[in-house]
Amino acid sequence: MEHVAVNPWVALAYLIAGVCFILALRGLSSPTTSQRGNRFGMIGMGIAVVTTLVTHVPVTTTLIEGYDYAALIARIDYVAALEIVAAIAIGAVIGVTTARRIAMTAMPQLVAAFHSLVGLAAVLVAAAAFLNPVAFGIARILVDPLSGTPLAYILPVSRIEMGLGVAIGAITFSGSVIAFLKLNGNMGGAPIMLPGRHVINLGVLAAILLLVAYFTVDQSPWVFWTITILSFAIGFLLIIPIGGADMPVVVSMLNSYSGWAAAAMGFTLHNSAMIITGALVGSSGAILSYIMCRAMNRSFISVIAGGFGSAPDAGAGGAAKVDRPWKRGSAEDAAFLMSQAEQVIIVPGYGMAVAQAQHVLREMADKLKEHGVRVKYAIHPVAGRMPGHMNVLLAEANVPYDEVFELEDINSEFAQTDVAFVIGANDVTNPAAKTDKTSPIYGMPVLDVEKAKTVLFVKRSMGGVGYAGVDNDVFYMDNTMMLLADAKKMVEEIVKSLD
Amino acid sequence: MDFIAILSIFVLACFVGYYVVWSVTPALHTPLMAVTNAISSVIIVGALIASAAAGSTGGKWLGLLAVVLASVNIFGGFAVTSRMLAMYKKKERPAVAKH
Repeated sequence: MEHVAVNPWVALAYLIAGVCFILALRGLSSPTTSQRGNRFGMIGMGIAVVTTLVTHVPVTTTLIEGYDYAALIARIDYVAALEIVAAIAIGAVIGVTTARRIAMTAMPQLVAAFHSLVGLAAVLVAAAAFLNPVAFGIARILVDPLSGTPLAYILPVSRIEMGLGVAIGAITFSGSVIAFLKLNGNMGGAPIMLPGRHVINLGVLAAILLLVAYFTVDQSPWVFWTITILSFAIGFLLIIPIGGADMPVVVSMLNSYSGWAAAAMGFTLHNSAMIITGALVGSSGAILSYIMCRAMNRSFISVIAGGFGSAPDAGAGGAAKVDRPWKRGSAEDAAFLMSQAEQVIIVPGYGMAVAQAQHVLREMADKLKEHGVRVKYAIHPVAGRMPGHMNVLLAEANVPYDEVFELEDINSEFAQTDVAFVIGANDVTNPAAKTDKTSPIYGMPVLDVEKAKTVLFVKRSMGGVGYAGVDNDVFYMDNTMMLLADAKKMVEEIVKSLD
Repeated sequence: MDFIAILSIFVLACFVGYYVVWSVTPALHTPLMAVTNAISSVIIVGALIASAAAGSTGGKWLGLLAVVLASVNIFGGFAVTSRMLAMYKKKERPAVAKH
């Protein structure tokens, strides 16, 4: 394949950038090395951007022969160069301001918003490459034998890459916008079900694939733009039927898509940094989606098919909940029980994030430690709205990460624990997942809080059920005490009582 | 580079990604998403090429807009990742207690 002459140093620079990105992810294997990893990421990005800037200086005329730098400098288009620098600066200001101001509890929607930007950028780059293929080195100039006008003939391989790139980018964009609106509360978290949606979705997907194939023989603009529009539509259609609690999977999946979009554009541009990054991000998102699905014991297909928790008859996990007796406790009771305990395990969930209770929770843990109590935190993989959501919030509240344990590392300890303190979590503690084959959450790995001597369950009211719409038998156990209040207020009162 | 060479890089990078990501500790999954988000904005390379190229005004402006979006992501993504990572602390030993 003929291509613009590539300076080997340029290719090497992109390769180094790609290696830096690998090291960035590698650093995340432990909190101690993670900051260094992040710096590798920044260095890699710096190398990639600077390399592109110096090898693609805007010039007033299109064709540059070889590396005649004197001639190049004479033709630099300073206005265009300034526009590029301004564009980077605008983005930098917006990005840094947002990153500084955002509340940690809003991290899921921020990540969704960032994904949508990658998706849209991919669409714009693909569109720019379609409009100006010669500049991207993916076209040959052919002269139309009839009219004599020159025509940029885009190479068929590049058309496939471009078609797939724009499709994945557009799906990432519109899907992430919907995910953002749901996570940010601008749109109800409940699944929105269109009649016949599976048929519509499969039809649109098939149409996109057929058009990408057709694009190789006909590079008319209508083909390209129809692919784009259909892909925007399918991203929207795919995400609206998915409920709020399945968002960890959705956010991971969109993360993966943004990577594949970058990889597809990397193929178009023959750029190793983009391909390596795309593959890394693509597999990262895919693995996270897999981990999330496994933690809910649901198949990826069933999450994507959507509509979980919407069936009104779903999950009669136990008898009708209105009639069953349960015990209500006060903050003083809770404070007394916990201060007498040897070990307390705190189980946080999305409700803690909503109530912003992580800081006061850490205060409570500090007070308990003063009473000589051992405090640990147990995190279910799908607690919260994105992978690792609870860990970040606890870290924000200065909880040392070596007190925070994953499900499989701590689950055996509940049996030797005096108090399990569940705050804002529900389904991830439901024993029906282990025993009741008719329950919609059957088979999902859960935290065995019911094995603790006492379970303290902080919940807003007895009425609400978890996202799966399943009643939780833990509420009605003899050793359970329900603490009905806003999570933050309840923990504040417990802290007062501990003094 | 020919297509097969590029495909080789891609396939090998997928394997590297698979093993590297499995080694990421679950506690850092949110920073992982933030940093992958930042690095996937390497797509800015394509945006810069488009905005530097002469020959298509439409392509140039699309490129510039993509540069803005991608750099929001790059700067925002790395900044928010580093803000999160700075919060992860080990248990303070009594001897080195702060304040």
